Amino acid sequence: MEASRPTGSEKVVSKTAPAMRLDGVGVAYRFEKGSYPAVERADLTVADGEFLSIVGPTGCGKSTLLNLAAGLIAPSEGRIEVLGQPLQGLNPSAGYLFQADALFPWKTALENVAIGLEVAGISPAEAHARARAWLARVGLSAFAGRYPHMLSGGQKKRVALAQVLIRDPKILLMDEPFGPLDAQTRQIMGNLLLDLWNADRKAVLFVTHDLEEAIALSDRVVVMSAGPNACIIGDWRISLPRPRDTADVRLEPAFHEIHREIWAKLKEEVSKTYTQAEEETA
Amino acid sequence: MRRAQLLALQFLVAAVALTIWHVLTTHQFFGRYLLEPFFFSTPADVAARVVRWFREGTIWRHLVVTLSEVLLAFTIGSLAGVLVGFWFARKPFVAAVFDPYVKMINSLPRIVLAPIFTVWLGFGIWSKVALGVTLVFFIVFFNVYQGVKEVSPAVLANARMLGMNERQLLRHVYWPSALSWMFSSLHTSVGFAVVGAVVGEYLGAAAGLGYLIQQAEGIFDVAGVFAGIFVLGVFVIVIDAVVTLVERRLLAWRPVAAEARD
Repeated sequence: MEASRPTGSEKVVSKTAPAMRLDGVGVAYRFEKGSYPAVERADLTVADGEFLSIVGPTGCGKSTLLNLAAGLIAPSEGRIEVLGQPLQGLNPSAGYLFQADALFPWKTALENVAIGLEVAGISPAEAHARARAWLARVGLSAFAGRYPHMLSGGQKKRVALAQVLIRDPKILLMDEPFGPLDAQTRQIMGNLLLDLWNADRKAVLFVTHDLEEAIALSDRVVVMSAGPNACIIGDWRISLPRPRDTADVRLEPAFHEIHREIWAKLKEEVSKTYTQAEEETA
Repeated sequence: MRRAQLLALQFLVAAVALTIWHVLTTHQFFGRYLLEPFFFSTPADVAARVVRWFREGTIWRHLVVTLSEVLLAFTIGSLAGVLVGFWFARKPFVAAVFDPYVKMINSLPRIVLAPIFTVWLGFGIWSKVALGVTLVFFIVFFNVYQGVKEVSPAVLANARMLGMNERQLLRHVYWPSALSWMFSSLHTSVGFAVVGAVVGEYLGAAAGLGYLIQQAEGIFDVAGVFAGIFVLGVFVIVIDAVVTLVERRLLAWRPVAAEARD
């Protein structure tokens, strides 16, 4: 079990162009009274086929980083490269699994999954056939005709996963996708995600506040400092063997070792967030 | 079983009301009628009038006129409401410019416009349609505006990440959202179309249910007034039932619409 010291992410070398590269990226949200520097000088490289998780205390700008990668917001400074090309506008190579419920409520599960293909000009018949296949892969064949409000939280996430993956994005962005789910469903969804990911090993940028989840899923875990001026303060490689079971892997000694190491760093940041909150209320 | 029970109780309410009305208008208590038949008519007279209208077939002309006014007012008002609602929601500057005027016209009691419409459009159906349109338009307009504005940011971001262009966003996101808001106000807007038609007819027309009631009132024919009101009431209930059917079909994806009714 090797757990490297925190290193600058630029040291991670890859033969081909990395899936994603953030170079000195910063974001400041402007308000009427001044501005809030959310993220500062973020350097991050996601290698092709790498499963990378970002953990950090609430409000540290994890989601901001993901929205930057998606091209939903533009950086105030620095540059972003996707597959070696500078990112302008929306990131066409990325699929985004949102934390909030983002399915189209007026479309059935099948239509929700098929829509990404249909808007790309694929015939509805073929799009629906492929959507059916994807619903089967996420175990929802029997629910194709249901509207989102007739599905449970976990089922909705499965539909959302199929909706994103059917377009076969090179990069998968996930913003605490399993946050609202209960503990058992989270583990089941984690295993489903790893199974799907194992099939073609996309680059994944996974944001979570749950360190255990991050370690169980990832090849690499990055820790962000508490905001404002959040930046990346730690970078760990997780060399637990794959394929993993997200529940069983938590019982291994190596898991505990790396967890202890990362938690030591993360704890400082979490307590910083709380101190800040208390100072503000005081 | 429970449905039958409910139906029986609903009939009971009508039976009790009719009985009280009948007794008070046909039997004298303490030497006088508690409800003077001249002013209150009697259930039997009103029923006889309704039956006569349908047997002689004179009522159909009025029903057709009122129904066509309602349908025209609803269609034109809804189309205009959808178009303007969309336009304002997508162009906040335009909305800001027109805002005071929209507020002013919307808070105006629409009945004051009726004489103008009669002058402009005559005593035919179009002056009634115009009155109905001014009522329907604002309901639909506000709902569509809200529907476009209140598209969930997550759904919108998701749609964009799934590769939708501006036109596809309109078709797959804004349009269904706006329509769902519009359909959720379907009962209200159809109801207002009826109000516009009947009030318009009442104020001056040559045919229609409102005209029928106004004519009867003019000659103190209370049985005629009540018969007109009764026919109008049934007319509205039938329209409402049709709307409910349409709504069930169109809003199948909505948890509230599918379960709240019935």
